Amino acid sequence: MNDRVEVAHAYTPGLKVQIATTVRKTRRLSTFGEVLVKEGDTVDFDTTVARTYLAGEPHLLRAAHLLGLEDDPKDVLRYMTKKVGDPVEKGELFAECSLLFGLVKKSCASPITGYIESFSENSGYVVIREPKAIVEVRSYVPGKVTEVLPKEGVIVELNAALIQGIFGIGGETNGVLKISVDSPKDILDADAITDQDNGRILVAGSMVTGEAMAKAANLGVKGIVSGGVNYRELVNFVGHRIGVGITGDEQVGVTLIVTEGFGKMKMSQRVFGLLQRFQGFKASMSGATQIRAGVLRPEIIVPHTELSAQEVSEQDSVGGMKPGTPIRVIREPYFGAMGKVVSLPAELQKVETESGVRIVEVELDNGEKVMVPRANVEIIEE
Amino acid sequence: MVNASRNLEEIKYILATDVGSTTTKARFFKKTGSEYRYVISGEAPTTVEAPYEDVTLGVRNAVRQIEELTGRPLLDENGIATDGSEERGVDLYCTTSSAGGGLQMMVAGVVKSMTAESAERAALGAGAIVMDAIAVDDGRKDHEKVRAIRTLRPDMVLIGGGVDGGTISHVMQIAELVRSAEPKPRLGMGYKLPVIFAGNKNARKQINDSLGDVFSLTIVDNLRPTLEEENTEQARAAIHQLFMEHVMSHAPGYNKLAKWTEVSIMPTPAGEGTMMRIIAESLKTNLLGVGLGGATTNLYSIVDEKFVRTVSANLGMSYSICNVMKEAGIANIIRWLPFDMPEESVENRLANKMNRPTTIPQTLEELAIEHAVAREALRLGLEHHKTLARGLKGVMRERTMEIERFRKMEEATYIDMMKINVIVGTGGLLSHAPRRTQSFLILCDAFQVEGVTRLFQDSVFMMPHLGVLSTVHKKAAWEIFEKDCLVRLGTIISPKGQAQQGEEVLTVTLQIPDGSTYKETLRFGELKRIKLGEGKKSKAFIEVTKPFDIGLGPGNRLETEIEGGVVGVVIDVRGRPLVLPEDNAVRKTKLLEWFKALELYPESFLEKVSK
Repeated sequence: MNDRVEVAHAYTPGLKVQIATTVRKTRRLSTFGEVLVKEGDTVDFDTTVARTYLAGEPHLLRAAHLLGLEDDPKDVLRYMTKKVGDPVEKGELFAECSLLFGLVKKSCASPITGYIESFSENSGYVVIREPKAIVEVRSYVPGKVTEVLPKEGVIVELNAALIQGIFGIGGETNGVLKISVDSPKDILDADAITDQDNGRILVAGSMVTGEAMAKAANLGVKGIVSGGVNYRELVNFVGHRIGVGITGDEQVGVTLIVTEGFGKMKMSQRVFGLLQRFQGFKASMSGATQIRAGVLRPEIIVPHTELSAQEVSEQDSVGGMKPGTPIRVIREPYFGAMGKVVSLPAELQKVETESGVRIVEVELDNGEKVMVPRANVEIIEE
Repeated sequence: MVNASRNLEEIKYILATDVGSTTTKARFFKKTGSEYRYVISGEAPTTVEAPYEDVTLGVRNAVRQIEELTGRPLLDENGIATDGSEERGVDLYCTTSSAGGGLQMMVAGVVKSMTAESAERAALGAGAIVMDAIAVDDGRKDHEKVRAIRTLRPDMVLIGGGVDGGTISHVMQIAELVRSAEPKPRLGMGYKLPVIFAGNKNARKQINDSLGDVFSLTIVDNLRPTLEEENTEQARAAIHQLFMEHVMSHAPGYNKLAKWTEVSIMPTPAGEGTMMRIIAESLKTNLLGVGLGGATTNLYSIVDEKFVRTVSANLGMSYSICNVMKEAGIANIIRWLPFDMPEESVENRLANKMNRPTTIPQTLEELAIEHAVAREALRLGLEHHKTLARGLKGVMRERTMEIERFRKMEEATYIDMMKINVIVGTGGLLSHAPRRTQSFLILCDAFQVEGVTRLFQDSVFMMPHLGVLSTVHKKAAWEIFEKDCLVRLGTIISPKGQAQQGEEVLTVTLQIPDGSTYKETLRFGELKRIKLGEGKKSKAFIEVTKPFDIGLGPGNRLETEIEGGVVGVVIDVRGRPLVLPEDNAVRKTKLLEWFKALELYPESFLEKVSK
């Protein structure tokens, strides 16, 4: 090999922790349908904004086989007592034939209530389809409809605090925020959850235990926000091993958002402080996660009017990574540590693994100065 | 395609990118004198999904790094400046892509082990990920198949089924299933899902009547015109064309990216596969290749000139790292670690890697954990590959006394590690391994190579780039490949068999080019490295005790020529299959002994963990 090899790495995008921002949420159907609100309308947390009808589940019946007509499937048509398009009830016969001078009778009964969609002369299949199913999209956040996407949905805009987590499970929900621990270092266990927490979103510190998640789900808690969670306990709670980071469809009774990572991870003071500030506010949250470049991360949205996005951007805005930029380390051996950029050496430097990488010099919050691969830090976005 | 009238010799500056699932990798090449060479790399996160939803942003970021490192402007307001001059731009730009999950397909056929399997091979051969293979006899009830199809959201569907002139009712059953389920395309709303029919030619009219109005239907030659024949080329070509016309045009930013290049965008595995074929052709040998990526593991085999590619969709080192843990089991990962670490701690670390896929190991402990996962990802990838690299099922054979033996041969894979003479590795983890001995041993442990095997690897991950470049400029691709891409790791000698620890197994005599002779007898359980540099050849006389086999049968002596490399020659008498000791302390001691023999990690680290 020649000696000209150089590799440059870019930085990991940071998770958003914003006290006030303009949140624009696109609420879209998965197939074309009808939009139920118009531009300028005000919507609440659970307003239905769009609706569509999905074709029902098809049920295929091997009619030719059931009638003993496999050799010539198109003969099925002669024995059908219902036509294509006709409705049928569950258990109702739609084809009958007599063989051997009426000694043997064969028939086809519908396994569902629906309608006969088609019959294939080639395969001898009859397709019976269930009635159409309604699919609705709700607003998820309260705000103003700023744009209508014809036949697809709307964009809802609001002023809110926004916190992105790193991983979540469970779908969209909303509830009143309650801090359930004394500090971001504390663990939320089952004892700290009571009947009073029904309908709430609970904030844990460094970890939520498996028992606490199960109890929360039983008591009707809407959501939990925690710094960390043990992978194994989460797997036990969800009921299956999590292989790829695509979540949001879990039906486990409570939505969970992890802000730092797996294991016991002290929640960042910024996140904890922000959630503390909005204790008692009603918030929206979603555990849906898709870990791909660009990523869909879980989120907590707290609508409020205490500060507007414009005021905040004037108070505190962040540029790219440069000396002084606040960062968080996202890999061992300093995982979870917060600090500030001291310098960004241009040359590749060798780390313990002996890899030559682009690094960043960081002063951690405890005063220690360390070298970390740039790929292993994220900018704290304000 | 590149303008035919263009003089390829005039091309001096070349830029190639691979828009990967995690990272967009740009590689810059230059003609110096009369030869093309690799110059430098730039990498940036891929931007296919929200909030960016435009792959060209990631490409720009990666290319901008090359600009910074070389001082040469490559970008302009329209994209890549392809009107290259001495001062700026490039003369040729090309790209591969696996972003957004690559090309995801569903395949269907009548018989699972025959036409559905042929359809699967055709789709995989075209670089697709196969999400599901539906067949009349796949063991699922019709409503289960319908539900599976409805929830898939593939990019494309390939339907095979029936031999030409055979009965059409079975293939029509499959068509009815697909029609009723009405699968929706993954990308874009309101466009028709591409469906390719490559089954019984007598069913074409009925297929057109059934599917033509609901899907964007393409009809090509039958994948299995007869039971004895598999013909996947037309289906593969149709997949490539539809990938460009339908899938890519609906992926965020691809329309823009397609305008930046005059070369067709190629799926990443297709680019990698092209280079694997070129290596096998030039060395005239059987080869097993692997691309170990962040989301997928791609395996390629060329055995007796038969090429098979598989893509294991959820075996990878970043997004899919937890899936490797799920499939392999945590105990199988931990068995490769020479130190103690609680299972829960390893699980949490891997889950955190999944969460932050672009992070890299900073400590040797973390590196060793990733290397352990890599061994398991490759092992599982090969298992998957073997299920498709096998003889055609359903072939009519003359009835003989040995008919049962033939049937068993059909069921078994034809991948015999003793007959694989070359292993090639590519992908981020292998290419970026700090020591080449690490990728060498990972490949050997995972694939359990047998006999005498040469190992190669991609230097800085550019095989996909060179694969797509080779479609328009073979000379440039080959020169860069030979000089800057292909790292000759060396040769491993690994006899097949088992014995008691400490029993004499093998005596090797090497006639080194400097005139010296190296002779050593190794005992069962040992691993030995002999330094023999790149380009150096040695005559080797290998004697094994029974029942060990080095390629010519148990106990038989082999005389051959072996080549060195950056690792050299490794003699591995740990036994095949390689079985790690069950006792934890003994296992760790053996691992440390082997890792020390190959100087796998710094001595101080190995000393530290041994205490």
